[in-house]
Amino acid sequence: MIYREAGQFKSSYGADQAIFPILQDRIAVAIMLAIAVVVIPLVAGPYWLETILVPFLVFSMAAIGLNLLTGYCGQLSLGTGGFMACGAFFAYKLSTAFPELHIVLVFLLSGLGTAFVGILFGIPSLRIKGFYLAVATLAAQFFLVWMFNKFPWWNNYSPSGVISAPPRAVFGDFYLTGTQATPEIKYLFLLAFVSVMALLAKNLTRSRIGRSWMAIRDMDIAAEIIGIRPLFAKLSAFAISSFYIGISGALWAFVYTGSVEALAFDINRSFQVLFMIIVGGLGSILGSFLGAAFIVLMPIFLSNAPAALGLHISVELVSHMEFMIFGALIIFFLIVEPSGLARLWQIGKEKLRLWPFPY
Amino acid sequence: MRFKTLGLAALGATLLASAVATPPVGAAEEQFVPLLVYRTGPYAPNGIPLADGFDDYMQLVNLRDGGVNGVKLAWEECETQYNNDRGVECYERLKGMGSTGASLVNPYSTGITYALIERATADKVPVLSMGYGRADASDGRVFPYVFTMPITYWAGADVMMQYAKKETGGSLKGKKIALVYHDSAYGKEPIATLERLAKEEGFEFSKFPVAHPGLEQKATWLQIGRQLRPDWVFMWGWGVMNSTAIKEAAAVGFPMEKFVGIWWSASEADVVPAGDSAKGYKSLNITGVGTSAPIFRDIQKMHADGKGLADKANIGTVLYNRALVNSFYFTEALRTAQAKFGKKAMTGEQIQWGFENLDVSQAKIDAAGMTGLLSPVKLSCMDHEGGGSAVVQQWNGSEWNAITDFIAPRRDALRQQYEASAAQYAAEKGITLRDCK
Amino acid sequence: MPIRTISIWMTGVPLAIAAIGFFFSFLASLSPSFYFTWPYFLEVLSAGLLQGVMYSLVALGFVLIFKASSVFNFAQGSMVLFAALTMVGLIEMGLHWTLAFVVTAAVMVLLAIVIERVVLRPMVNQPHIIMFMATIGIFYFLDGFGQTIWGSNVKVLDIGIPKDPIFVLTGLVEGGMLVNSFDLVAAIVGAVLVAVLAVFFQYTRIGRALRAVADDHQAAQSVGIPLKTIWVVVWSVAGIVALVAGIMWGGKAGVQFTLALIALKALPVLILGGFTSIPGAIVGGLIIGAGEQVAEVFLGSLVGGAIQDWFAYMLALVVLLFRPQGLFGEKIIERV
Repeated sequence: MIYREAGQFKSSYGADQAIFPILQDRIAVAIMLAIAVVVIPLVAGPYWLETILVPFLVFSMAAIGLNLLTGYCGQLSLGTGGFMACGAFFAYKLSTAFPELHIVLVFLLSGLGTAFVGILFGIPSLRIKGFYLAVATLAAQFFLVWMFNKFPWWNNYSPSGVISAPPRAVFGDFYLTGTQATPEIKYLFLLAFVSVMALLAKNLTRSRIGRSWMAIRDMDIAAEIIGIRPLFAKLSAFAISSFYIGISGALWAFVYTGSVEALAFDINRSFQVLFMIIVGGLGSILGSFLGAAFIVLMPIFLSNAPAALGLHISVELVSHMEFMIFGALIIFFLIVEPSGLARLWQIGKEKLRLWPFPY
Repeated sequence: MRFKTLGLAALGATLLASAVATPPVGAAEEQFVPLLVYRTGPYAPNGIPLADGFDDYMQLVNLRDGGVNGVKLAWEECETQYNNDRGVECYERLKGMGSTGASLVNPYSTGITYALIERATADKVPVLSMGYGRADASDGRVFPYVFTMPITYWAGADVMMQYAKKETGGSLKGKKIALVYHDSAYGKEPIATLERLAKEEGFEFSKFPVAHPGLEQKATWLQIGRQLRPDWVFMWGWGVMNSTAIKEAAAVGFPMEKFVGIWWSASEADVVPAGDSAKGYKSLNITGVGTSAPIFRDIQKMHADGKGLADKANIGTVLYNRALVNSFYFTEALRTAQAKFGKKAMTGEQIQWGFENLDVSQAKIDAAGMTGLLSPVKLSCMDHEGGGSAVVQQWNGSEWNAITDFIAPRRDALRQQYEASAAQYAAEKGITLRDCK
Repeated sequence: MPIRTISIWMTGVPLAIAAIGFFFSFLASLSPSFYFTWPYFLEVLSAGLLQGVMYSLVALGFVLIFKASSVFNFAQGSMVLFAALTMVGLIEMGLHWTLAFVVTAAVMVLLAIVIERVVLRPMVNQPHIIMFMATIGIFYFLDGFGQTIWGSNVKVLDIGIPKDPIFVLTGLVEGGMLVNSFDLVAAIVGAVLVAVLAVFFQYTRIGRALRAVADDHQAAQSVGIPLKTIWVVVWSVAGIVALVAGIMWGGKAGVQFTLALIALKALPVLILGGFTSIPGAIVGGLIIGAGEQVAEVFLGSLVGGAIQDWFAYMLALVVLLFRPQGLFGEKIIERV
């Protein structure tokens, strides 16, 4: 009823190509952002902010990065953890070597560094494809984690190899890391940062470069024939994807956990992010957020549910059940909607347009 | 299609419901302890007896003594799967429960300890990392809320070396010692100390990292057993790495009597899978072994009454005993705090005072029926390690036996190491040292 | 395999080993801290080869399923764990190990039937990545399910395989050459398993049908080969291979959660050998096993050790750069 686009005319190509061409969508997004900025920090307690929303936003960033590479450019990567480690350790080295450098700049620079590493490990993709490429990226995963773990230069010769974020402020007295940082500041900073980066990513995928990625994904030989350079398209996908993933790694170490060792970015982290984009939807920025929300929330939900329902089940059983339900849910979702949560969302919107009429 | 929609709707509804529901809150006058456990996941064989020990001890205190000075203990288990982010989530979820909030957190994971140090300090919740975590947290001026008693990894390396020296006839000059370690923050802890000792004692030190999770050690042990042939092998292992190391050591014929593990390579779960190969293997332990201490009579009685919470098979195992001692430290700190602040539930801040003024004397140990399970410790504002010591135990194929008395590490040099490392941390974090009068 | 390929391998492999050996002995002559002797080198090499067979055992399960259904079965590792847990559980209940083996094999067949009915059948014709994701679902489910039934504690699986070190060639070299007897038994079991599988695929009716399916799904179906039965058979065989791998790895490290992670060790093997080739899994396993042990022992100490994890992948990567389909994989032909 209310979700009607009748009467909304577009008089330019620009208006037709907008990210949210429908007025109601724009209003909905504005309301959501307003809720996220104003209401959530007031309502949600530190538990929600610290352990659910902050990792959700950090993971969304990583998922966007991987989605650019795997969802848009079709290059399966299992090196996400390694690239996150790059971001985290680059950021640590930068911020300890140049204490006066602004923290946002540190994040962006560490992303740039990771992009360079991404290009390096993306070179094999010019020759290797599919699951074979996935294993090539696994080489990156294992090598990078090993390197950060092995050479004490990366952690400023700390005896245990753990890096911990030095206290840094976004501006003035608003500390983002260290003991003075409050959950609200962390959350708001991440919200702003990730929103901007997501908007950038969305626009990137709608640009010439994004279209060339999708052409490569759909059929690389055909894309080559119509004049897309696979070298440039693939390597740029690796670079930009790694840029996002690197920043998310830096955010993980600095904003979320505060201290981290290289092993925290092991192969499981890579799989986790891959699950996010598959569950959320390959080739969708919205899907990256939905998938991150699903993967972050689901285990917490499953482990809290019995207690919330008043059942007293031993933690062992809860944890085993969590595994089983999680696995079953993945299969269930894939059977119901293999294209992920983003596709479900789209179907819902289509339905809403017509509602309450069947046609 | 109908079924699909229904299923999805139901899923959405339950998700929402759980978001609205809030966790239950403990009763008024209870001392709440969050228990971060790992009864599942790769380290479950170690996590289960640990968690059982905590459950049993607190149950025993509540049933036998009616709590500590009338304040009952309340606890809630949270499964971390030995996973750092799950550990943080558990901590954040449980820290506000109970009338006074969380009064102590025992992470039982070096990674989770690192992740919690800042958070817990900000929340004023003491962290007791008993034989794990940051060794330099023994400097109470930099880490007011972190306690490392009774002994740290660095001190453990010193004890190991002392033992090896004594067994080798009083000198290690020209001998070869190899360290096999889990290639992570945990495993790297003893390296600096052993390198210093190598210089002081004149032995040749070589290190062999083992990649996580440690199923692959063939190359390591070929190097040790066929090339280097060291006089002693020390091990900082964890989980499946331990039993694999013992098997591979046996496979290259390395004598088990010369193979000493740290206290995390010292449980039944580490040696039993290796079968007969493990016979003669030695390890350090921070608690006594067996069920000879008087407290076990009470525990057995509790179990006979059907009120025990642990799996009976775990009673008296190495890690069960460690959890008993850990809980005992906590109740003693609680008692100390109550003596100053009154006999009610304590806040984290008050417990922290209790820990800093904790004096577990031999008399107190005997009175609690824990004779032989632990060595006395005495903490202060400066020293959060408290001067504890460790024993060497040996596996005879079916059980562990202590083969030495408690050996005290030589702490003078260690203390300098702690302070230097803590100072570096403080500088990086911009922490000003607390004045300990 | 054509005679030519075999003869190339027969001459190439010893040459390559000798070349690596001479390279290391050259390095040793340059620097006294680089330890190298020929018997030691051969000892490491043989240990690595035996270890490689253990990898092959896991990799075989992947290959079987990938061949018949083009599904990369992520759950193979948890199938290994599940099979081993079930077997130990049954032995603890008092069954003799041979009987427990038979019962567990039956359980694995049952599991294959369930997976085919519940997971694979509704997903026919989905893209590979989605099928891959579904096997990740199976992975989680099996992990939780196995632990719910059998508990998370470490269990000992001992079916009487000897573990003492054996020294061979004591007359030829001083001190002899060390061979791990457990690995030797595992290698023999692996070899027997491969032989049985080869015969099964080459000479039985089902085996021929399987090869037909692997060649072309549609063509196979149109000549009347029941695809669903074939899938059940393949998953069952993969389950039994997982059981054998579980016994071998469980005997080495105890049966516990970590066993599910050995699937990661099989990945570089698969890549090197090619996803679709059974001999590829064997040769790949041998190369990876030997390569990473030799690298760890002789090169690892130069850069700080623990390099074997990434070295295996790097080795696979280097091979892929020259042969993008792996050593024995089917040649990829692309058309627009």
